Amino acid sequence: MTRQPQFPIHTASSTTISRRGFLKFCSLMAATLALPSHYAGRIAQALADGPRLPVVWLAFQDCTGDTMSFLKASQRTDPLQPGVSDPSIVDILLDFISLEYHETLMAPSGANAELSLNNVLQNYPGAYLAVVEGAIPTGAGGAYCTIRGRTALSIAQQVLPGALAVIAAGTCAVDGGLPAAAPNPTGATGVRTAMPGLANFAALPGCPTNVVNLAATIVYLITFNALPPRDSAGRPVFAYEEDIHDECERKTHYEHDRFVLEWGDAGHRQGWCLFKMGCKGPETKHNCSTVKWNSATCWPVAAGHGCVGCARPGFWDAFPVYQALEDD
Amino acid sequence: MPEIHLPVVTNNGSLPTRRIVIDPLTRIEGHLRIEAVLQAGVITDAWSSSTMFRGIETILAGRDPREAWVFAQRICGVCTTVHALASVRAVENALGISIPENARIIRNLIAAAQFIQDHVVHFYHLHALDWVDVTDALQADPTATSALQHSLSAWPNSSPQYFATVKTRLQGLVDSGQLGLFANGYWGHPGYKLTPEASLLAVAHYLEALDFQREAVKIHAILGGKNPHPQSYLVGGVSVPVDRTSTKAINPGRIAELRTLATQALNFVSQVYIPDLKAIASFYKEYAALGGGPGNYLSYGEFPTSGTALPYLPAGIVTGNNLEAPPQALDTALIAEYVTHSWYNYSGGNGVGLHPSLGETSPNYTGPTPPYEALNTGEKYSWLKSPRYNNLPMEVGPLARVVVAYAAGHARLRQLVDQMLAALGLPSQALFSTWGRMLARGIETLALAEQLSSWIDDLEAHMNADDTLIHNGAMWNPATWPMQASGWGGTEAPRGGLGHWVSIANQRIQRYQAVVPTTWNGSPRDAQGQRGPFEQALLGITVANPEQPLEILRTIHSFDPCMACSVHLIDARGKSLGITVQLE
Repeated sequence: MTRQPQFPIHTASSTTISRRGFLKFCSLMAATLALPSHYAGRIAQALADGPRLPVVWLAFQDCTGDTMSFLKASQRTDPLQPGVSDPSIVDILLDFISLEYHETLMAPSGANAELSLNNVLQNYPGAYLAVVEGAIPTGAGGAYCTIRGRTALSIAQQVLPGALAVIAAGTCAVDGGLPAAAPNPTGATGVRTAMPGLANFAALPGCPTNVVNLAATIVYLITFNALPPRDSAGRPVFAYEEDIHDECERKTHYEHDRFVLEWGDAGHRQGWCLFKMGCKGPETKHNCSTVKWNSATCWPVAAGHGCVGCARPGFWDAFPVYQALEDD
Repeated sequence: MPEIHLPVVTNNGSLPTRRIVIDPLTRIEGHLRIEAVLQAGVITDAWSSSTMFRGIETILAGRDPREAWVFAQRICGVCTTVHALASVRAVENALGISIPENARIIRNLIAAAQFIQDHVVHFYHLHALDWVDVTDALQADPTATSALQHSLSAWPNSSPQYFATVKTRLQGLVDSGQLGLFANGYWGHPGYKLTPEASLLAVAHYLEALDFQREAVKIHAILGGKNPHPQSYLVGGVSVPVDRTSTKAINPGRIAELRTLATQALNFVSQVYIPDLKAIASFYKEYAALGGGPGNYLSYGEFPTSGTALPYLPAGIVTGNNLEAPPQALDTALIAEYVTHSWYNYSGGNGVGLHPSLGETSPNYTGPTPPYEALNTGEKYSWLKSPRYNNLPMEVGPLARVVVAYAAGHARLRQLVDQMLAALGLPSQALFSTWGRMLARGIETLALAEQLSSWIDDLEAHMNADDTLIHNGAMWNPATWPMQASGWGGTEAPRGGLGHWVSIANQRIQRYQAVVPTTWNGSPRDAQGQRGPFEQALLGITVANPEQPLEILRTIHSFDPCMACSVHLIDARGKSLGITVQLE
């Protein structure tokens, strides 16, 4: 079955989305994934073909920040230009995926919510995407996170093995994140530790995960029926190969020893390097400095604060935020 | 397994008494379970239980107080930014640090943008489906829907073609057989009363609001680098430079972008959110007499103004649903938390309340071993503690803020409340209800959207006067600190009053405690057996169909629960906890 996306589509700016906007989105996805540009057409075709990818989004020891990040999906160009109208969270939800289970957003509660979950497991075995947000606690027999009276781990064991792919969205799902920081009071773990041996697993660390990378990973899955190439930790190479520092807009200042020394000093106002204020960009593999945030409106370094290293394994215990890294 | 006091009766309509469980209670942040007893369809008792726990305050012990906000902000990603603000204020209060004007204004703008996007998301994406039967929209006439939109506001997305497109899109979703988020809703429930046209209008705005929330938080990106979890707070100020001559700072171009975003926000709130709120409320006026909480309201106040002037939203206490007398002054010494029905033990016994600065927590899970069907609500039954003010359960949130402001004579909020009640033909007592919370949330969203532009004006004025000060660095170096210090930071988060208490010893966090909006609202019973506001608000509500507990969702959602925020743990000794958990 071939299904065309429904165009035109509204946006808040009262314009309508165009075929051109849709193709721009596909081009952005291709570029983010470091695919040759001609793949944009293949992506467009895959997104237009139905049925939509069923998605189960499980939330455990989380803050829902990754969900809020997901809701910020959009084209990233011309963020403040009136009239720009490219595929966004509305289009992802209505045209690209079918979000069958997500406790923050779904209509039903209680038994009907459980029905929605069971329907996916029954109707789409091996064909749904499972996204996990939040850590899985192993302490207290699992009593630190229960849903419907069942532990987070038992729900993960029910849902994840039968998925087409599993995405750990955000640092907590990847390695336990903040709940797992010392002294890890609840025995919080990431998906891979809690459930070793998951075959098709992608880790998208970040606090929260960046929606551009999440959307690109999902688009890749829809297009190629597989997850994008990943490193040994399960991180997609397209997003986690380079250090933030390598593509940082302030790298030239680093190379010329122009450093911010006090918050608000002349160098700070001129966008000098934040290394001496504790920036963890040189130790953090992530494409934050290129995809940026909120439709590429900004990113933390451009707001004058050093990178805290939120995509770095174990970052909560790795470095004090304001302590400078050793210079090498 | 502990004894279950009341059996769960899952499907036996012949019994006069029936206990129902809603878990997961969805369209909230986090994990909430509600158990309720129905007699002849009327709720006669209810229990609110949080079923997730992380222990972030324990994790904070021993760390640098200057970075506490990075950790504390992650208490919640829906209420992003608010815990960061409370945290830097607590440390600044402990160390006696004042912040520059630019920092005050930038923090206000970040906080106000959070209120606006959060309240819009709550109305459309978390609450609207309790009032709007999405399937009814398929019966709507797009031309009549267009006429309805024109009668409500001048919002430009109003043509018959526009609503026809939305309807076609919704029909396509249904025809695909993949209803996604809308599958298994309580569609067809007799409690849904909107006309098909009003339903289609609401569905259109549900989708538009998805775009809106993404745009509104660009204010956070400009001033904080990103959303969620903006990253420009500093103890002593903010990190985002202000310099009209620099391309790497808040400059005239960034000010212009902020103005554009503020205008878009005000337009959406005034032309879409508020008209929709009034229109939907007019179909469900019975909820203006249902869902009242304890009748006591607490606000810490928010949006500090220059110098010693009062904050834009005042602090205070109102008890007994009394709008006539001025609010009582807030005295944080009267706050105490109980654990009588919470999965913790106090060393001095579980019948006493402890002030947050003396807080003590030893987790002690005594609930049923998972998997379980029912909680032992006669004993401990939640990961939430029970905060009380002067031993009273208090409601916090938009209604509390609006009630306190109204009683304090806040001119703009009084005007907006009076206009809203007059438009709906409701008395002022109608505020103390499910709809009162909804109306208050909309009213404060509008008031804050109006304020944005004046705060941007203030920031621009400082920038144009070459005031580049963003940070008070006098005490940035921990070597300047006293050996011991303690303090607290209060803020109003979208969901209500939020306080962080911190003790610092030898440049490290010794103790950290957060008392959070949904801990107040969603608390279990206290030592005196007083119900928490969620539990109180459900009493007397009729549930037409226990298999589709729509009426419960309507009232619980009116509080806008946030569970991740509300569960916390502190180690009073500043050491790692030896957690003992008793599983029977």
